[in-house]
Amino acid sequence: MSLAPRLPERPGAEAVAAKGWLAAHRWLLLRRASQIFFLALFLTGPWFGVWITKGTLASSLTLGILPLSDPFIELQSLLGGHLPTLTAITGALIVLAAYLLVGGRAYCSWVCPINPVTDAAHWLHRRLGFSKGWQPRRTTRLWLLGLALLGSAVTGTVFWEFVNPVTIFHRTLVYGLAGGWFVILAIFLFDLVVSRRGWCSHLCPVGAFYGQLNRFALLKVSARGRAACDNCMDCFAVCPEPHVITPALRGTGPDGSPVIRHFDCTNCARCIDVCAKDVFGFAIRSDRSEVSVRPHLAPES
Amino acid sequence: MAPISPERRRFLENGFRAAAGAACAGLVIGLLGERARALPPTALRPPGALPEDAFLSACVRCGLCVRDCPYDTLRLADLLDGPAAGTPYFIAREVPCEMCEDIPCLAACPTGALDPALTDIAQARMGLAVLIDQETCLNWQGLRCDVCYRVCPLIDEAITLEMQPNPRTGVHALFIPTVHSEACTGCGKCERACVLEEAAIKVLPLAIAKGELGAHYRWGWKEKEKAGQPLVEGIIDLPDRAPPGALPGGRSEP
Ligand code: SF4
Ligand code: SF4
Ligand code: SF4
Ligand code: SF4
Ligand code: SF4
Repeated sequence: MSLAPRLPERPGAEAVAAKGWLAAHRWLLLRRASQIFFLALFLTGPWFGVWITKGTLASSLTLGILPLSDPFIELQSLLGGHLPTLTAITGALIVLAAYLLVGGRAYCSWVCPINPVTDAAHWLHRRLGFSKGWQPRRTTRLWLLGLALLGSAVTGTVFWEFVNPVTIFHRTLVYGLAGGWFVILAIFLFDLVVSRRGWCSHLCPVGAFYGQLNRFALLKVSARGRAACDNCMDCFAVCPEPHVITPALRGTGPDGSPVIRHFDCTNCARCIDVCAKDVFGFAIRSDRSEVSVRPHLAPES
Repeated sequence: MAPISPERRRFLENGFRAAAGAACAGLVIGLLGERARALPPTALRPPGALPEDAFLSACVRCGLCVRDCPYDTLRLADLLDGPAAGTPYFIAREVPCEMCEDIPCLAACPTGALDPALTDIAQARMGLAVLIDQETCLNWQGLRCDVCYRVCPLIDEAITLEMQPNPRTGVHALFIPTVHSEACTGCGKCERACVLEEAAIKVLPLAIAKGELGAHYRWGWKEKEKAGQPLVEGIIDLPDRAPPGALPGGRSEP
């Protein structure tokens, strides 16, 4: 990728200066709170005996009534030759509907327990000034997605679950197992040393599956204030999938819409945080409106 | 042949590379999966579990069965435990299944990997108890341990004590713990309770524990009963010859 200006070393510094630290980290903090919240739902039971959600991200029961199931896992099970019960199908449909509203890969940014790990690896990666390392194509994950589905059908198993780090790690936390810690360490080191943003942005087929829901999802990020963009490149530096920004920000997409339509966008909203000019904001996918610049006053004192 | 344009070549190369990479990954995962299929013989699935092959496509590794087992019998397999990672199992010698009447583990399963068709826990077939070592089983030596028999929830159906002469003393009896596959659920309480350092009675997967007749094989006496008469007419019954005292009841052939 040839980005004309160099990516900034400390992205967001300008936004902090313009909006204050808190406003420049609002979505990041919310996102971390959400990740903790979804983990806590599962952990209050085994840790404190207060049962809110039983099970794991693969399938769970909340407050004894709300069944939720991972549609990707159920799909593999179905291809593996098992007809899931009504409970599992209902649970998967509820999850599907939810992510069609908030954006498929919101799963990645707001729920998945691997995200804090790979985010931490990326943060350290930048701090240590490591080079990109091995960068497989971003479409590799689509091949792995295909492999998971094909493998399920051919072997009659839930194929990706033999190795899925997402559920292995979640199970390790919720059921107090040991093995998942090694998997997490491996992913952390892979992202830190071998491949920048290697796992979540290039390989993980779970993210790729939820990305497919993004093709139809309602909630999107829009570069609606793009007229004010001063090419500081901060958003490109923080975005885990920077290729999704260009068409919206530069209006080079097929219809020139400011909405980030690319299905790889995780709705993490970090671009909203770090933009000193407030170019980005949440919008629904059909909303093509643009806003004019709303200049920031430097925070008092 | 027209030379391939550089773009087209790159495109083909990239596609080929990704496909080969995915195939390698598939091979590794496939091998892992094949290994998981061979469930270790000490690992028993919860009541109602589908046969192992079907189970691997049905169970999503959520652990809801584990959570609702009141006796903490079930656990989820860790990465190196042997059963496919994340699937539920139990080790009879550690914590056996208490055969709950309402089968809460099965009721909790969202996917049907534990088959809801099982409504009577006595019909569960988690495995089959086998008195695997006659050389250490105390009852086989003529003692009255009887523990495996006493703890069986289906006492006198799944396990009975069969009396036979004790050839060591010549005057006493042996009470042989004998498991009956038409009733044993494989709950593992007998294995758990066996007083030896290493249990002489063990619950094994049905596929290991049971023999199977050839499809062509018939028991002559059963066929005779079914037909109500000998299947072959006019068989001559020759006199049995044996040394005096060798036949039951000290008889010798007249
Ligand atoms: S890409 Fe995969 S591992 Fe990364 S956050 Fe998304 S689901 Fe989790
Ligand atoms: S475009 Fe914005 S919301 Fe989407 S992934 Fe990148 S930083 Fe996150
Ligand atoms: S029947 Fe009862 S004791 Fe046995 S595994 Fe199920 S819940 Fe646990
Ligand atoms: S509840 Fe069912 S799907 Fe979940 S781990 Fe147990 S057997 Fe598997
Ligand atoms: S496993 Fe043992 S205790 Fe359980 S039903 Fe069979 S014989 Fe009885």
